[in-house]
Amino acid sequence: MRILPFIIVIITGSLLIWAGQDMPDFGDPDAPAHHHVADWYIENSHKDVAVENMVTSILADYRGYDTFGETTVIFTAGIAVILILRRRED
Amino acid sequence: MIDEILARYNYWIYVVLMMIGFYAVIAKSNLVKKVIGLNIFSTAIFLFYISIGDIRDIPGKTVTEPIYMQGQNLVYVNPIPHVLILTGIVVSVSITAVALALIIKIHKEFGTIEEEKILEMQS
Amino acid sequence: MREEDIIIRTVIRLMVPFIQVFGLYVVFHGGVGPGGGFQGGVIMAASIILYVMAFGITAGKQRLSEKVNMILRSTGVYLYGGAGVLALIFGGKFLDYGVIPLPLHGASHIRAFMIDGVVEVGVAITVMAVMVTIFFEFYPGGTSDD
Repeated sequence: MRILPFIIVIITGSLLIWAGQDMPDFGDPDAPAHHHVADWYIENSHKDVAVENMVTSILADYRGYDTFGETTVIFTAGIAVILILRRRED
Repeated sequence: MIDEILARYNYWIYVVLMMIGFYAVIAKSNLVKKVIGLNIFSTAIFLFYISIGDIRDIPGKTVTEPIYMQGQNLVYVNPIPHVLILTGIVVSVSITAVALALIIKIHKEFGTIEEEKILEMQS
Repeated sequence: MREEDIIIRTVIRLMVPFIQVFGLYVVFHGGVGPGGGFQGGVIMAASIILYVMAFGITAGKQRLSEKVNMILRSTGVYLYGGAGVLALIFGGKFLDYGVIPLPLHGASHIRAFMIDGVVEVGVAITVMAVMVTIFFEFYPGGTSDD
């Protein structure tokens, strides 16, 4: 148990706990996270896209560009692993 | 005062998990233990973010998952944190894969994966 | 071949097709329940990794050769990009699936078909191929010779 990393961890943890007192309560239905964009998605998702799962319709249709970038990220990770670990069979 | 602290108990638990992962990244000298600490840190951040979007019981209405159902007086849980965290999980898996590949290459080159011995060998 | 290998090989040979069918179920029912492209792709990759753990790496590479893996890895990205460019050809914006003239009634059903049938399948194929690639690269005695 090294001393200097432990002190840094304690300081960072107490800063985070002190900043976390401004967060809304756990499970509060009046939290500001639930009201600006999420209400629009919940109302209009079944009318625009005939899919019941709102998470899939947001992920693949409304925010489909982000999922396209995501597929590129995992493709790039596969290529990076191949480039690092293969040798040429000379 | 006490019930204000107890009303947000989920944030304190996830901060403790984050600090365990953070300690593993900066204090251990084995490279694989650092990568595992990074994984624990990302998992704690994902759980923290998803727990913002939970809705507890409202008297008179049914709180259900964000899949469209027929019914009266339905309140759906917020679907937006789930969408953002799915992308985050894929990024975390990619980072772990590339980091482990680099550790294999370091082991072939130096013969060891302790950080202090590698720094000694370099200088 | 030791005695306990027979039990493991028989059980895994029975389990692998069911795991693959379950992975395909999770991909295609992403619109009705929890699931989708990423989750189903990882389940299908887990079935191949289970097969390699029981039967060895050469038997696994006979089933899923390097050439097929290489083709599958980029097919998913092409499917996703192709769906977006198809929307560009028919006059809409990029990834705007409502303008593609399919014989379904209503723009909402066209969008549901495109995301459930083309986009999620593409994501699942790429994720499966990349997970299997990472496993085959890390395996000692695989392609990275030492």
